[in-house]
Amino acid sequence: MKTLIPFNYTLIVVAIGSALLGIISGALGTYAVLRRQSLLGDAISHAALPGIAIAFLLTGSKTPLILVLGAALAGWLGTLLILSIIKLTRIKYDSALALVLSTFFGCGLVLHTLIQRTGNANQAGLDTFLFGQAASLLERDVLTMGILGGIALLIMSLFWKELKLLVFDEAFATSIGLPVRALDILLTSLLTVAIVLGLQAVGAVLMSAMLVAPAVAARQWTDRLAHMVLLAALFGAIAGVSGTVISSSASRIPTGPTIVLCATVIVGFSIALAPNRGLVWHWVRQRKNKARMQRHGKTTFTAQEKLAERLATDRKLLESPQREGDLEA
Amino acid sequence: MNTLETKAIEVTDLTVAYQEKPVLWDVDLDVPPGVLLAIVGPNGAGKTTLIKAILGLVRPAAGRVLIYEKPYPAQRRIVGYVPQRGSVDWDFPTNVLDVVMMGRYGNLGWIRRPGKAERELAMNALEKVGMQAYAERQISQLSGGQQQRVFLARALVQDATVYFMDEPFQGVDATTERAIVALLQELRANGKTVVVVHHDLQTVTDYFDWVMLLNIHRIASGPVEETFTSDNLRQTYGGRVAFMKN
Repeated sequence: MKTLIPFNYTLIVVAIGSALLGIISGALGTYAVLRRQSLLGDAISHAALPGIAIAFLLTGSKTPLILVLGAALAGWLGTLLILSIIKLTRIKYDSALALVLSTFFGCGLVLHTLIQRTGNANQAGLDTFLFGQAASLLERDVLTMGILGGIALLIMSLFWKELKLLVFDEAFATSIGLPVRALDILLTSLLTVAIVLGLQAVGAVLMSAMLVAPAVAARQWTDRLAHMVLLAALFGAIAGVSGTVISSSASRIPTGPTIVLCATVIVGFSIALAPNRGLVWHWVRQRKNKARMQRHGKTTFTAQEKLAERLATDRKLLESPQREGDLEA
Repeated sequence: MNTLETKAIEVTDLTVAYQEKPVLWDVDLDVPPGVLLAIVGPNGAGKTTLIKAILGLVRPAAGRVLIYEKPYPAQRRIVGYVPQRGSVDWDFPTNVLDVVMMGRYGNLGWIRRPGKAERELAMNALEKVGMQAYAERQISQLSGGQQQRVFLARALVQDATVYFMDEPFQGVDATTERAIVALLQELRANGKTVVVVHHDLQTVTDYFDWVMLLNIHRIASGPVEETFTSDNLRQTYGGRVAFMKN
């Protein structure tokens, strides 16, 4: 495949597209991470691949809306299949995920190869859905992203408290009469929207990282859902833009892996340095404990003493003044 | 159907099966208003399932549940629920006050966010469980007993008439257990009906006035002094109860 970076596409369009993608997938990915459904995103993005091929085969068009629709339908079908496998058989969730993911992905690869064999002049570019090519984003793609993503985020904020309760305590949500099945479907649909919007820029193979990485990084810095969603969106945007810029400046580097590497840097930084949850913070705390014990004239400690000291420090930390709470969160 | 007095809870012929294995079989239960009922039975007896089936969280294969003579969906507003503490992820990014306010979500309706009124109710409930100082605390920093108190506070703001609690004493220290018992008895004194899945046979007579003995089938249910007999217990636990005093 030849990478095409035509002149009339300004980097700005592409950067806006990747920023939008980062915001949408970061915010919605937060829910996937909190529900421990990180792998569901992976399954949906892989399952979406044959949908793109079939949509192209049927219509012969590369209009993003049509391809996105195909991807969304296939992704949906995959999710549905996973849920029915769990419900109707004794196959466990992870196996069902892997099964559907690989089957759909295999179908997708076969179809894409067939399309390439036909030598259809129009087919150039379908390949980008595998590893992503943000440089191929057109203004209309970015517009599609903005509108669909905006709707998804609007729905998310409208049903904020319902979705929060669904994620935190599904049984309680059911008991007070929330339609948890419908909310579950809504949340999965929003996730599917985020995924298919990202396919062109990031690609099916690595799209799930865009859902998971910003949310994981955001969790390190905050203990409030609202902040976590905002931070994840911000991290997603940063990863998206920086990855796009890097991959665009050096030709033939696919965007997906570059964006994901940028997100990984953010995750690594957050895991190491975030206050409270960060590793460095833990290490400093341990050093302080040791130093204090040595001042008490001891150099060796039993496991119990270490534990007692650790608990005392933790308690102190807990009793330190709390940041002001977020009622709306 | 006219009965002499209204029943707070009426369960008829309830059967629940998971993958063809019966978990509850043909269970009947009548609970009058204003009692504190313990559901006891061995592990796997279906205690939690019974509560979940009553609340519509699991779909029964057969049977009928009425709360004050109406099916549960019509009575949600008067029912409060305390799930097992371990059923949620306490590392969820939120604080105590926010969790307690979730008890008002059912009354708030769609889209509306909790406001000042909800906050006040939540603070009152936290005070009742002795947790008002923890309102802004992250839930991941709570001990087991504190988590349980938060769940109870959330049920209190539901302002229900009938409460279902799944093992509220599980893994809490003696102080918290006493506080919870006092709270349950206060609820009953206010005319509420409280159904509690309970594990500790030793405390049944002290804490509760009604008891249901369950082991897939209902063995017995009624006032503690009539129902909590060694004969019934032997039937429920299959002769593995050695501690009984009488």
